[in-house]
Amino acid sequence: MTETPEAGLLAREPGERNYLTDGTTVRSWLLTTDHKRIALLYAAGITFFFFLGGAAATLIRAELVTPKGDLLSADTYNRVFTLHGVIMVWFFLVPSIPTTLGNFLLPLMIGADEVAYPKLNLFSWYLWLSGGLLTLFALLAGGVDTGWTFYTPFSTLYSNSHVLLAAAGVFVAGFSSIATGINFLATIHLLRAKGMTWMRLPLFAWSMYTTSLVMVLATPVLAMALLLVFAERAFGMPIFDPRSGGDPILFQHLFWFYSHPAVYIMVLPAMGVVSEVIACEARRRVFGYEFMVYAMLMIALIGFMVWGHHMFVSGQSPFASLVFSALSFVIAVPSAIKVFNWTGTLYRGQIRFSTPMLYALGFVGLFTLGGLTGLFLASLPVDVELTDTYFVTAHFHYIMVGGSVSAFFAGLHFWWPKITGRMYSETMGKFAAVSMFFGFNFTFFPQFILGYMGMPRRYHEYPPEFQPWQVMSSTGAVVLAFAYLWPLFYLTWSLVKGPRADDNPHDATGLEWQTSSPPPTGNFNTPPVVTEAPYGYHPQGFAPHSAAPTEQAQTP
Amino acid sequence: MMEQASTLAPQVDRIFWMLTGISVAIMLLVGTLVLLFSFRYRRGTSVPRGPVPEKLSGEIEIGWTAATLFVFVFLFWFAAALDTEQFKIPKHAMEIHVVAKQWMWKLEHPNGAREINALHVPVGVPVRLVMTSQDVIHSFFVPAFRIKQDVLPGRYVYAWFQASKIGTYHLFCTEYCGTDHSRMIGGIIVQSAADYARWSSAQPQGDNLADQGAKLFVQMGCSGCHGGSAVVRAPNLAGVYGRPVPMTGGGFVTADEGYLRDSILMPQKQVVAGYAPIMPSYEGTASEDDVVKLVAYLKSGKVK
Repeated sequence: MTETPEAGLLAREPGERNYLTDGTTVRSWLLTTDHKRIALLYAAGITFFFFLGGAAATLIRAELVTPKGDLLSADTYNRVFTLHGVIMVWFFLVPSIPTTLGNFLLPLMIGADEVAYPKLNLFSWYLWLSGGLLTLFALLAGGVDTGWTFYTPFSTLYSNSHVLLAAAGVFVAGFSSIATGINFLATIHLLRAKGMTWMRLPLFAWSMYTTSLVMVLATPVLAMALLLVFAERAFGMPIFDPRSGGDPILFQHLFWFYSHPAVYIMVLPAMGVVSEVIACEARRRVFGYEFMVYAMLMIALIGFMVWGHHMFVSGQSPFASLVFSALSFVIAVPSAIKVFNWTGTLYRGQIRFSTPMLYALGFVGLFTLGGLTGLFLASLPVDVELTDTYFVTAHFHYIMVGGSVSAFFAGLHFWWPKITGRMYSETMGKFAAVSMFFGFNFTFFPQFILGYMGMPRRYHEYPPEFQPWQVMSSTGAVVLAFAYLWPLFYLTWSLVKGPRADDNPHDATGLEWQTSSPPPTGNFNTPPVVTEAPYGYHPQGFAPHSAAPTEQAQTP
Repeated sequence: MMEQASTLAPQVDRIFWMLTGISVAIMLLVGTLVLLFSFRYRRGTSVPRGPVPEKLSGEIEIGWTAATLFVFVFLFWFAAALDTEQFKIPKHAMEIHVVAKQWMWKLEHPNGAREINALHVPVGVPVRLVMTSQDVIHSFFVPAFRIKQDVLPGRYVYAWFQASKIGTYHLFCTEYCGTDHSRMIGGIIVQSAADYARWSSAQPQGDNLADQGAKLFVQMGCSGCHGGSAVVRAPNLAGVYGRPVPMTGGGFVTADEGYLRDSILMPQKQVVAGYAPIMPSYEGTASEDDVVKLVAYLKSGKVK
C-alpha cells in the first residue's frame, strides 16, 4: 500500500480542490471574484476592526471605574468613545453578517454558483477597506471627538479634530454597503436555482434580501448628510449654522433617516441566522414561516418611518414626536412576532444545545430584553427622562451586541465546518457562549439602572453615587472581553489541528449543506433543483419523533 | 426609587413602572417557555411529540399578533396622553432665562439675579425656562424633575416644571458638547417660599431684566425707529408680546419670545405687513444676553 500523503492545511483530502486550494498566491486572494474568498477577506477585516473597537471599549470601561477623569483627559476620552462608535457601527456591525456569512452563503443557499456581480463584490471590499484606512488615518492623526453621530454645529463649526477625515472614511465605506446590497438583490432575483421559489427561500436568504433593501435605500442619505457636513466645515457653506439661517436639527433628521434603518441593517441578518440555527438544532420547521417573512419585510419598511424617535427632545415639533412614537410602537410588533415564533419552533422539537444553539437562544433572550426597553424609549414622557442617558446605551447594546453579535457568533460556529472544512472544540465553544451571556448581562444591565438614576451619556467624570453600578459594569466587561477573545484561540486552533468536517455535520437541510465542506469554487458539481419547502426536518404536520442521526457532540 | 421632586415625576414614574411590569411579565413568559421547551423537548426525551396541526398555528399567530398590537397601541396612547398634558405651560409661571455655552449654564431671574450652574427656585411655583445656546447644542436635564430639553443655538426652546420637594438636585448637560461636557453640571436648589425670598433679596441688586433691556433699547438705537410716535419706518412695539402680528404676504404670527429674538437677529425672516424690509440685523452686535434683556423689556408692558 502506498503511503497516502497528509492532507494539506486547506484541503480535506490530498489533492482536493476546493475554493481554498484553488490558487494559493496572494494575488489569487486579492484579485479573487469568488464570493467565498471575498467573504473571508471581509472576515479578516472585520475581525481587526472588532478588536480595535473593543480596545476603545476597554479604555472606556477602565476610565469609568472611578468617578474622576483620572485615566484619560477629557479630550482623549471623547475621541475614544467616538472611535468606539464609528468603528463598531460602520466597520464591524453593519458589514459583519452580510459581508461574511451573507457573501459566503447566499449563492450556496439559493443554489447559484456566484453572486450576480462578482467584480462589484470585490470592488465593494476595496471600497470598505479604503474607508477603513481613511478612518484609521484619522485615528492616527489624532482622532475625532464628535461622537459617532457627528451632530452639528459642533462637528461643522466647533470641533478641533479630524472630522472630515473620519466622515470621508464613513462616506466611502457607505458605498461598499450599497454595492453589497445591489449585488444581493440582483442575486436573489435572478440566480435562484430551479424550483427555488420565493416562499421556499431559507429565512437567512430573506434576511439578506430585506437587509439589502434597507442598505440600498438608506445609505445614500447618510452619504448626503456627510457631504453637507463637508460643505459647511471645509467650504463654509451655511447649511446647519443658525447664524446664517441654517438649522442644526436638519442634520439630525438626515442622519437619523439613515441611522435608524441602519440598526435594522444590523439586526435583520442576525434574525436570519437565528432562524436557521434554531430550526436545525431543534429539528423543527420554523414556526410560521410566512409570518417570519412578512415580519422582516414590515421591519424593513416601517424602519424608515421612525427616525424621529431619536429626536423627541431635540426641539422637533411635538406633533411629529407623537407620530414617530406611535410608529415606533407599531414596529415593535413584527419583532415580537419573531420572538414568539422562535419560541414556537422549540415546541415539540428534538433540541440539542450545541454552541450555535446556545448563542442563538442567548440572542432570543437578550434581543427580547433589549426590544422591551425600546418600548420605554418609544413612550414620550419616559423617553424625555431616559434619552441621552445610559438607559439608551444599555438598550442598543442589548440589541446590537447581545443580539447581533451573539447571532454572528452563532452563525460563525454553525457554518464553520462548511467554510473551513474543520470542526472546533464543542466544549470550548459552549464555555465561550455561556461566558458571553453572563459577561454581557453583567456589563450592560447595570447601565439600565444608571440611566434610570439619570447618568448622562458620554461623561468621563460623574457624581460618585453612580460608581457602584459603573464598577459592576466594568467588571462584567472583563468577562465579556474574555468571551470574545476565547473563540479567537480555539477557532484558530481548529484551523490548524481541528478534525476534518463532513459535508453535513449537523444533518441540516439547506442547499449549502448538499455540497462539500469546504465547497468547490463553483459551489455545486451539478446545479441543484429544489422540490420542497425549506426546513424539511420532519414531515409536514408532524413533529420530529426521533432524534436526528447526528446526536453525538461534534468533538470531545 | 429615584427621587421625585416635581409634579411631573410621579406621573412619569407611573408609566415607567407599568412598562417595567409589562416587560417583566413578557420576559417571564418568553423565558419560561424557552426554558420549559428546552428542558422538556431536549433531544432524546421520550415525551410524546405528536402531530402539529397547521390550522391551529395559523390562528395562534393571528391571535398573538393582534394582542401584541393592541397592547402596544394602548401603551402608546397612555404615554402620549401624559406628554400632551405637558405641552400646556401654566400661565403666570416664573420665568427663568437660560443661556447655555461651552461649558456652563447661565441662568437669569426676572429680577436680574444671575446664577452660573445653579438655579434657586421656590417650591410649589411653576417655572418656565426660556433657553438658548451661544454655541453648540446642549441639553438641560434635571433627572429629579423628569425634564429634559435640548438647548439649541439660534432659537429659543421652552420647558417647564413645578418643584414639589425642597432640596438640591442635579442639573446635567446631556447633549455631548465638547471637551468639558462632563463638567457642565450644576444644581437646582429648591427652597421654601420664605428662603427663596430671602435669597432673592440678598442678590446683588442689579436692575431687573426689563429695566436693563430698556437701557439697551435706547443704547442700541432701537428707539430711533421704534420709539414713541415714530411709526412710519417701523412698527410700534407697545404691547406687542403675545399678540398676532400681520405678515407681509398674508397670514399672522404670534409674537412670542422666538419671534422677538428673530426680529432682532434676523429681521428679514418675517416682515410685518405694510413695512419695508429695512431693519438692520443685530447679529454680532447684540449678544444672547442682550437679546434676553431686550425681550424681557418688550414683554414688560413698559414700552411706550
